[in-house]
Amino acid sequence: MSTLSDPVNLSAPRGADAGLTPKQLADKYGLSVSGKRPSLPKYVRQLWARRAFISAFATARLVAQYTTAKLGQLWQVLTPLLNCAVFYLVFGVIMQSRDSVPVYVAWLCVGVFVFQFSQSAIQAGTRSISDNLGLIRALHFPRAALPIAFTVIQLQQLLISMVVLVAIVLLNHVTPTMTWLLIVPALLLQSLFNTGLAMVMARIGAKTSDISQLMPFLLRTWMYVSGVMYSVSGYIKNWPEIWQTVYSWNPATVYMDLMRYAFMPDSFDPAVYGSKALVLPHHIWIMAGTWAVVAFVIGFVFFWKSEEEYGRG
Amino acid sequence: MADAAIDTMKETTAVDNQARVPTVVADDVHIIYKVHGAGAGKGSATSALSRMITRKKSPAIREVHAVRGISFTAYKGEAVGLIGSNGSGKSTMLAAIAGLLPTAKGAIYTNGQPSLLGVNAALMNDLTGERNVVLGCLAMGMSPAQVRERYQSIVDFSGINEKGDFISLPMRTYSSGMGARLRFSIAAAKTHDVLLIDEALATGDQGFQQRSKARINELRKEAGTVFLVSHDNNAIRETCERTIWIEHGELIMDGHTDEVVRRYEKGERP
Repeated sequence: MSTLSDPVNLSAPRGADAGLTPKQLADKYGLSVSGKRPSLPKYVRQLWARRAFISAFATARLVAQYTTAKLGQLWQVLTPLLNCAVFYLVFGVIMQSRDSVPVYVAWLCVGVFVFQFSQSAIQAGTRSISDNLGLIRALHFPRAALPIAFTVIQLQQLLISMVVLVAIVLLNHVTPTMTWLLIVPALLLQSLFNTGLAMVMARIGAKTSDISQLMPFLLRTWMYVSGVMYSVSGYIKNWPEIWQTVYSWNPATVYMDLMRYAFMPDSFDPAVYGSKALVLPHHIWIMAGTWAVVAFVIGFVFFWKSEEEYGRG
Repeated sequence: MADAAIDTMKETTAVDNQARVPTVVADDVHIIYKVHGAGAGKGSATSALSRMITRKKSPAIREVHAVRGISFTAYKGEAVGLIGSNGSGKSTMLAAIAGLLPTAKGAIYTNGQPSLLGVNAALMNDLTGERNVVLGCLAMGMSPAQVRERYQSIVDFSGINEKGDFISLPMRTYSSGMGARLRFSIAAAKTHDVLLIDEALATGDQGFQQRSKARINELRKEAGTVFLVSHDNNAIRETCERTIWIEHGELIMDGHTDEVVRRYEKGERP
């Protein structure tokens, strides 16, 4: 149609802005590059503003987790209990680990529950971004909220199974002492450590989905070398000192030992159990604290570095 | 093309000398994305192994040059329609404005964080509609008190409960239309500087489409900018006064909706 005039250019800036290039126009009105990652302090503020989201998301997911199972929430307690039963049968009875450790059942259960906390937080963290792409693409929020929320879910789960753990410990004739109060700081430090690890794995899992196939093997290796169901101290006694020190820094062992000490301080007392008594490494609180802070800070920064890329592809 | 743009620019400045506030500036945007599993190679273990040994790049990764040099500026209070045939790059453009796709060349500047609403943007499928409303609002940065205050109006707006108590069912049981309606209602509960809608309204019924049109107009009055991708030209006509026509990742026409849509329907390129 030749009678039509050229379309009006609706994009062109008018008035005082006429003639500005797009870049100049964007700068003048303070527009920012779309999807740019916020600065670290701003990111922390945004995340803090989403704390209600994190706790609501964690609770909703925890409740929804077992809705299709007939026994429902009961599985939260049954799963670690069945794990304990299997380990007790294989390592305690058949391989006779129960003779070398005082109060073996309580010792084993504390270890299994504590290790399970780290293990499931890492597994959930690995999938936290890749399993929630719909949510990430639909709504805008600091993505670190997801791995944090999934760690909170695991913490809630642990707190529920804690009730069973306390029952098991009491049934094994361990009397509660003041050291039980140490459970709280020990759990806090481990949660911090787990959150950091979950954030690292979330970023890796978001990029390479192959990692979720590999994780079970890595985690199983970690479990076997950490002495969850048998005491490693007997095996590493003859190692060179330097390797013993390195080994004692294994975060899983550190957090398990702390919890075992908190629950059953008597087991660590040579006056009660003689040569069978467990040994608590020196500076164990410093180790636990260092792991927690280092893992959390590195995990957070590592995750934030890639903030603009989650949900892409 | 550039000369014509300068000419028309002079024309407009003569007509209207008011400076407007830009919200989205696209400056010569190119988007190239990699498609994994494009289906060219065999997915078998032996072929994956031989690729690793020969260090060849996976043939299943292909590059798609989806957007080729699009520039435009959108201003406060505008509703901009995006039209073009399937695969012309409209949705890619929206995803890039939302920051979900990186630009290979050029840049997109936005005012605040744009929100993208698409048909297949699932929220949390295993959770109830009720939980989705609450969590969606919290994720957008509302306080728990604000969520409580707005909850009922969001549910009413979505019309999910018109035929019984569906809001307490898991979202995976919803029809695609119901899901899209609830997602739009959640996103529309907040004032957005830039709202990007990708076919999200097409699945809603008549009553919902009327409500959402009214809500889009409100958002524009609150000084937001709305982008709408749709194959329903009447929806574009009723909602947007400005339309951008994209074909093969290139901008064909950018102007008043009446003229652009009329030419698009006739297949008449300027």
